[in-house]
Amino acid sequence: MKKNGVKMIKIKAKNVDVFYGKKQALYNIGLDIEENQVTALIGPSGCGKSTFLRCLNRMNDVIDICSVKGEILINDFNINDKSCDVVRLREKIGMVFQKPNPFPKTVYENISYGPTIHGMAQSKQEMDEIVETSLKKAALWEEVKDRLHEPGTGLSGGQQQRLCIARAISVRPEVILMDEPCSALDPIATAQIEELIDELKKEHTIIIVTHSMAQAARVSQNTGFFHLGHLIEHGSTDKIFKNPDNTKTQDYITGRFG
Amino acid sequence: MNLILFTFIVLLGFTSYYFGRKKAYTIQSSNKRLTALPQFYGYYLAIWCAIPAFIIFSLWAIFEPTIVKLLVLSDYSNQGYLDDELNLIYEKTKSLSRGQFTGEITPFIEASAEKYLSLRSIAQSSKAVIVLSIIIASVAYAYKRISSNSRTREPVEKFLNAVLFTASLAAILTTVGIVFSLIFQTIDFFKVIPLFDFVFGTHWYPAKAFVRDSSEALDPSMYSDTFGAVPIFAGTFFIAFIAMCVAIPIGLMSGIYLAEYASSKVRQYAKPLIEILAGIPTVVYGFFAALTVGPFLKELGTSMGLEVSAESALAAGGVMGIMIIPFISSLSDDVITSVPQSLRDGSYAMGATKSETIKRVIFPAALPGIVGSILLGVSRAIGETMIVVMASGLAANLTLNPLESTSTITAQIVVILIGDQAFGDPKTQAAFALGMSLFLVTLCLNIVALRVVKKYREKYE
Repeated sequence: MKKNGVKMIKIKAKNVDVFYGKKQALYNIGLDIEENQVTALIGPSGCGKSTFLRCLNRMNDVIDICSVKGEILINDFNINDKSCDVVRLREKIGMVFQKPNPFPKTVYENISYGPTIHGMAQSKQEMDEIVETSLKKAALWEEVKDRLHEPGTGLSGGQQQRLCIARAISVRPEVILMDEPCSALDPIATAQIEELIDELKKEHTIIIVTHSMAQAARVSQNTGFFHLGHLIEHGSTDKIFKNPDNTKTQDYITGRFG
Repeated sequence: MNLILFTFIVLLGFTSYYFGRKKAYTIQSSNKRLTALPQFYGYYLAIWCAIPAFIIFSLWAIFEPTIVKLLVLSDYSNQGYLDDELNLIYEKTKSLSRGQFTGEITPFIEASAEKYLSLRSIAQSSKAVIVLSIIIASVAYAYKRISSNSRTREPVEKFLNAVLFTASLAAILTTVGIVFSLIFQTIDFFKVIPLFDFVFGTHWYPAKAFVRDSSEALDPSMYSDTFGAVPIFAGTFFIAFIAMCVAIPIGLMSGIYLAEYASSKVRQYAKPLIEILAGIPTVVYGFFAALTVGPFLKELGTSMGLEVSAESALAAGGVMGIMIIPFISSLSDDVITSVPQSLRDGSYAMGATKSETIKRVIFPAALPGIVGSILLGVSRAIGETMIVVMASGLAANLTLNPLESTSTITAQIVVILIGDQAFGDPKTQAAFALGMSLFLVTLCLNIVALRVVKKYREKYE
């Protein structure tokens, strides 16, 4: 979204280093993420793109040996600061994982989970509304409206992933992080999710980690290329794919390595 | 004698292994390909040694005593002895031959004893001769048969299969045997005591059914109101209930702590420490309950103006609960740990706190497994013996006051079977009836628990 012709920066990462124990996984990452755009993070396996993604909602806290240094500003507030409330942060920054991970509960309970723990609905009616709009936004409503009270784990893989997306957007996050959301899905389900991502960017800022170059080219406006823990190059997807500055990026995109 | 024979056969087995392998090497050195590794040839010969030996030994063990007995007693046939008397004579003969006979020695018995001894020694030496010659023949036959293209691997594998099968069969047959030994005594018991009186009677007082003289006729009416099992069933479930009141909260919470909160270092030390509790012999728990907890509760109660029996259900149940903690904590820890990390991540990513994640996602997902672990704990509590024998008293009171003494099925079985008992007496058979009902209860609990645990396992696979 442009304001006075200037793109709004939603997330600003400065000098981010990440360590797993003594092993350094990310080196001095600096990356700006634009609001209401899709940013794709690409790179070979083990290059640190998922690690970077998990820095943005402090999911690395869950891993004991992982430590993060540097500044990550979201809405100009450093989330690595001690005063940051992780619960509030994760309410604002939703996440979708590589493998669909619906809770072993009903479809309805899967969606109502977030709003319940954040006290977002005062009545059953309000909750019904949240569930319905979330499922509609995730383009899943038509398929599951008659089986809201059946287990979410009984849905197909693509439906489960859209259920997880619906779960993520149920708390109206500003940013949605997606960690290879289509890697466990077939091409048809992948196409549905990509379409959905395009729709979601109207209301959310989206960062997607992907192994598929074609997917990055299709869905994203900006792209960052990671290699061995370094952010080699970032910029508009058009530029990265058509005219990259760095030969490593060129090699990766044309499939010469990785 | 038997020991020497046995050692000799074992040595023979090793020798045949050695020769089999050696023959294989010889075949190999003449540039022929073997169908199996050389040691299979060795094992093959050793098996040809072991199987005949085993068969002959078992046949001997089955038939030798009967045949010797027949031969010894053949001197007494046509003299009008009853079977019982013949048995008695034979027992006297045997004890005399061992030099342990203290009664009056008649020439008849002396003659039989001599005959018995000579028969035994003939049997022994013929056994040795037969076993050794058959083994040597069979090994020699097999040795001649093995060649470069004979199959040795398959028979060896089949033999191992059979050995393993026999081992598991032995375990299963033992279970079946135990159940049958319970069933017949139980049926005999219920022939005298009506099932209805046992299941619904409220007076359990087996001391009243003092052991009857076997010459007296069995009069069922003298056992009325003696074997009413309600008080001890109630006592059993009551004590188990107290135990679970202690074990479930503590076990579950420590399981959750170990699985979710403890750092890997704490877990590394705490888990084995908790599991040490499971290794303490129940006798030790028993005197801990009887000598420490019981008197402590009594004094505590007295100071508060309550009347507490030194052998209270509370002391026994409480200590039993402590005993069960490690089962519940360890099992529920395993179950919770096996909930996929992706579910935790999903919940944390929604902004849930740790306790919310545990309460709303992990606990429900792990619930079937936790229920399974609790049911296993309950069946342990019901079957536990030492603690109740030592700490809960032996009088079967029908009470729901945890401060009074009460008794359980297991404790009553001990009371009944301790000291002199007469088999075939309802008092003794009552123990079998109790054992049977205990077995049925724990069997049902275990079946339910295993079903539940299995159902849980399928969920994430």
